[in-house]
Amino acid sequence: MARMKFLCDADRCIECNACVTACKNEHEVPWGINRRRVVTINDGKPGERSISMACMHCTDAPCAAVCPVNCFYTTADAVVLHSKDLCIGCGYCFYACPFGAPQYPKVGNFGSRGKMDKCTFCAGGPEADGTQAEYEKYGSNRLAEGKLPLCAEMCSTKSLLAGDGDIVAQIYKERVTRRGYGSGAWGWQTAYRETIAS
Amino acid sequence: MARLFAQARFIIGALVFVLALAVALPASAQRNSDGSVNPTASSVKEQQLLGTLQRGGSINGRVSIPDQKSANLIHPGGRDWRHFHEVTLRWIGGIAVLGMLIVLVAFYLIRGQVKLESGYSGRRIVRFNAFERAVHWMTATCFIILAITGLNITFGKPLLLPLIGEGAFADWAQWAKYAHNYLSFPFAVGVFCIFLIWIAGNIPNKVDVEWVKRGGGIVGHDHPPAYRFNAGQKMIYWVVVIGGTLVAASGYLLMFPFYVTDIQGMQLAQTVHAIIAVLFVAAMLAHIYIGTIGMEGAFEAMGEGTVDHNFAREHHALWLEQEMARTGPNESQRQPMATPAE
Repeated sequence: MARMKFLCDADRCIECNACVTACKNEHEVPWGINRRRVVTINDGKPGERSISMACMHCTDAPCAAVCPVNCFYTTADAVVLHSKDLCIGCGYCFYACPFGAPQYPKVGNFGSRGKMDKCTFCAGGPEADGTQAEYEKYGSNRLAEGKLPLCAEMCSTKSLLAGDGDIVAQIYKERVTRRGYGSGAWGWQTAYRETIAS
Repeated sequence: MARLFAQARFIIGALVFVLALAVALPASAQRNSDGSVNPTASSVKEQQLLGTLQRGGSINGRVSIPDQKSANLIHPGGRDWRHFHEVTLRWIGGIAVLGMLIVLVAFYLIRGQVKLESGYSGRRIVRFNAFERAVHWMTATCFIILAITGLNITFGKPLLLPLIGEGAFADWAQWAKYAHNYLSFPFAVGVFCIFLIWIAGNIPNKVDVEWVKRGGGIVGHDHPPAYRFNAGQKMIYWVVVIGGTLVAASGYLLMFPFYVTDIQGMQLAQTVHAIIAVLFVAAMLAHIYIGTIGMEGAFEAMGEGTVDHNFAREHHALWLEQEMARTGPNESQRQPMATPAE
């Protein structure tokens, strides 16, 4: 099985936010929640770079480690998913997550944060693949249909890559070699304890 | 003449422009060895940013969505908090709670119950009035539920989840979380009332020094004198007041996430909340022990509100004298309009 990963080539990202919009539309993400967002570093200064970030589906995921009810699980594709039936909305995964990926539908008064929502790598949840119940809770399951995450698929500059980590890394390495520069595989060090030499 | 002047102005202008370009060029367009322009020469690199990161810091940027927390791109500090929550806290909590239980069991087995040495006299004296007892039991009930539901968050996953399964445990944890959040309010009110109604009797004084020197009469048959509250009770009082305040304050930060503080503040709030809470639980185990099976005649004080005269004489001799002076020796039942001694 492949080890699924995201990689955002910051030297290509034009901060169009299409990945954010595509994700919200594909999964009917609730109001106020962004499973993916584009962060611009050094905005307006020389060397500004934008990075599209979502759940990185970490190796040894911190969210899963701190969850008090064990609602996280890792699929055979190394995608980190969770069960909204088990989640109690304690918010601990957000404190542990290095990427700020977990989101909550309600803004936390009196412990009614609601069930956590996050990027599923377009792989749904614990329900049977492609069912209505799965769609309502987690959005569409593109992986089960043999497709890759929509955010990366429709990235206009092919900055955001999603898929088998080795292939994605290979593509990025080739780009860096060809053009002679690269600002790094953002988040890889933190999520997978590895970087792509650039 | 005017024409010459215009020409001179043009030449000077052009010179200034070229000079400005010459100064600006090296900074904006560094060239690779093959002569191609390197547009990334001044670009931010993840490695550099991670390298310069302070402990607990994060790589921040700007986002165009309303949720400004999401401007936090990478926050490796979550790993430290994870280690605290999964490893350090379990050690601290385990040692504090289990350690206290072991100490108490050992103490009970070795020392046994602190007996009422002169036996029951049959004469009673009011120790806590109805309001005091109501406040105590409201706070105590809330505390026990808060303690169990709180420990569940840290220890439920390794201890209870394997026994009852994921679904049942998640249901229980959900209700436990609601109970923990809602009962915090009466608990906080209770701690505040405790602070007010017993502050007068809980200011440390010289008698406490003597009491502590003589070991509080915990071992042996010594009975150092004390006013309404002895040094041990004063310690419990301040644990409740200070610990309760800290636990409530950090707890409300957690209950209203990101209203006052950022991600680092939230992690710190959880750390403080958890450490104080497990120490609080350990202290309360000792309090429960001494108030029930640990000491004969002690529970009655908070149970029915009165204690035996002999209990008062043995454990709170100075307080009994004061009360006797106030109400007269023949009046066995003081009027319920009790004000704290001292």
